[in-house]
Amino acid sequence: MKRWNNTALLQVAPLGAVFLLFFIVPLVLTLIVSFWDYTEYAIIPDFTFRNYQEIFEGCVTRLPDLCMTFKTYWSTFKFSFMVWLLTLVIGFTVSYFLRFHVRTMTMQVVLFLLCTIPFWTSNVIRMIAWIPLLGRNGLVNQGLLEVGLVDQGLDWLLYSEFSVILAFVHLYTLFMIVPIFNSMLRIDESVLEAAYDAGASGWQTLVNVVIPLCRPGIAIGSIFVITIIMGDFITIGIMGGQQIASIGKVIHVEMQYLQFPAAAANAVILLAAVLMIIYGLTRVVDIRKEL
Amino acid sequence: MRGATRTRSFYYLAAVFTAFIIFLYGPMAIIVLLSFQGPEGGLTFPMNGISVFWFERLWEGVGVIDIWRAFRRSVGLGLVVMVSTVVFSLAAGLAFRQRFFGASFVFFVVVSSLIVPSIVVSLGIGLQFQLLDNVVMWFGERYDIAYVNDEFQTTMGLFTSALGAHLTWTLPFGLLIMFAVFNRFNKAHEEAARDLGATPWQTIRFVVIPIIIPSLIGVALFGFTLSYDELARTQQAAGSTNTLPLDLQGLTTTVTTPEIYALGTVTLAVSFAIIFSTLGLVMYLQRRRSAHGTDAGEGMV
Repeated sequence: MKRWNNTALLQVAPLGAVFLLFFIVPLVLTLIVSFWDYTEYAIIPDFTFRNYQEIFEGCVTRLPDLCMTFKTYWSTFKFSFMVWLLTLVIGFTVSYFLRFHVRTMTMQVVLFLLCTIPFWTSNVIRMIAWIPLLGRNGLVNQGLLEVGLVDQGLDWLLYSEFSVILAFVHLYTLFMIVPIFNSMLRIDESVLEAAYDAGASGWQTLVNVVIPLCRPGIAIGSIFVITIIMGDFITIGIMGGQQIASIGKVIHVEMQYLQFPAAAANAVILLAAVLMIIYGLTRVVDIRKEL
Repeated sequence: MRGATRTRSFYYLAAVFTAFIIFLYGPMAIIVLLSFQGPEGGLTFPMNGISVFWFERLWEGVGVIDIWRAFRRSVGLGLVVMVSTVVFSLAAGLAFRQRFFGASFVFFVVVSSLIVPSIVVSLGIGLQFQLLDNVVMWFGERYDIAYVNDEFQTTMGLFTSALGAHLTWTLPFGLLIMFAVFNRFNKAHEEAARDLGATPWQTIRFVVIPIIIPSLIGVALFGFTLSYDELARTQQAAGSTNTLPLDLQGLTTTVTTPEIYALGTVTLAVSFAIIFSTLGLVMYLQRRRSAHGTDAGEGMV
């Protein structure tokens, strides 16, 4: 048995301490407090299922009508699925172009950075930036009126499900591009030539060779995009005009009223839902093996 | 696969790519343009003249919110997060080159921190400090500590809870970059240093760090920009001290003049200045390196 490596332990200590103090302990506390009781002005140490019961109140008895919680989750799942599909298609196409059609390394790096730079700027600004385009008197409506496609400005362009999805795709496609591009970089081009020589069409090569080899990248990108959207309330808040429900928003509101135990219970359920999705995805592909 | 002539699919894909880039940058370009609206101009086109009126208004302050204080706070916090991220990720990256007790657990936790929804982390930290406050106040009453009873308000703050929240977001990126760096790192350099009698510290200081400095600058860029723009995790964890993104979010619902675009333009300018100077620095280092060979070891002479 090898002696513990003290230098390495010392080196990892600062990082470990940060995650212990600001990640593990808070999560454990959240789990504990989700079983506490609360009144209007205080939280009370206890062991009660009250918070969970209230979240699922009437959820089973009223089926097939959906209770608030199920409705909120359903709406969030819908957003997640649509944004996932769009970011996947766009992210894959962009990565494919960068990897297989851009010939020089320098150009690949430059174009890749071009996709990455917005990621380092403010998300809120990137959301606000859609207002002059999508507003009732925005550019899109002005253009549509001009060419006579519509008689009056469309009002579903902004502060709607449409604008929420648009903003999500705008903000998070990069999370698909990076892992998929990374997977594609590992594909040996002789594999593609072999497929071509064996008589596969471009489409067949794509479906039977490229996509399977990109599976880990696709899985990692999907995990990123889905978990971000499941917990989001800022984008849905700003781009939905504060009208669309989300689980993040429920938690946020409960915290503002200092109903910590209720918020904690919601957070635990959200986390469980997210972990189940990730578990499902890791069943499709062994991510740890691919890192 | 790659003939001398471009296939038709190249042009389709190039068109998609171009459209994607326009989609990414177009809206930003429009708010920059609209921030130069004339004094009579509104939130959308047409432009009513060109002026810096809204920047002047911004300079005087946006209503009741002291935007410049938020700006200074965000920059200060960003710098602290940046330094911590670089130092902690580098140290942990070095640790992960050896086997140590709990390595896979630490790795698991770090990756989890990326995929646990931000609102959950934010709530957890907010809750933690709320409970800590209760404990502090209880102690104050119990032992009659004058300071606690009279002046204590909260343990939450920019450099306690918010700093912690930001690090849970920046460190995973930093560590993953360090993994990528050390996977490609040629250990022969270190062995040579050791053979020449360098101590472990000297090896890191004069051999390893000079070789990986471009990547460390990259980690610094991630650390600063992710913190400077971070919102989701800060929301519940910043207490009463608003950072710039928090104020920006508040302003989206209250400000109905191009002033908000002016603020957006300023924020973007800061981000772009940092991104481009960092990328420039990395390129300069790479170029100097390819011209002169690595300068690792120069520090010893």
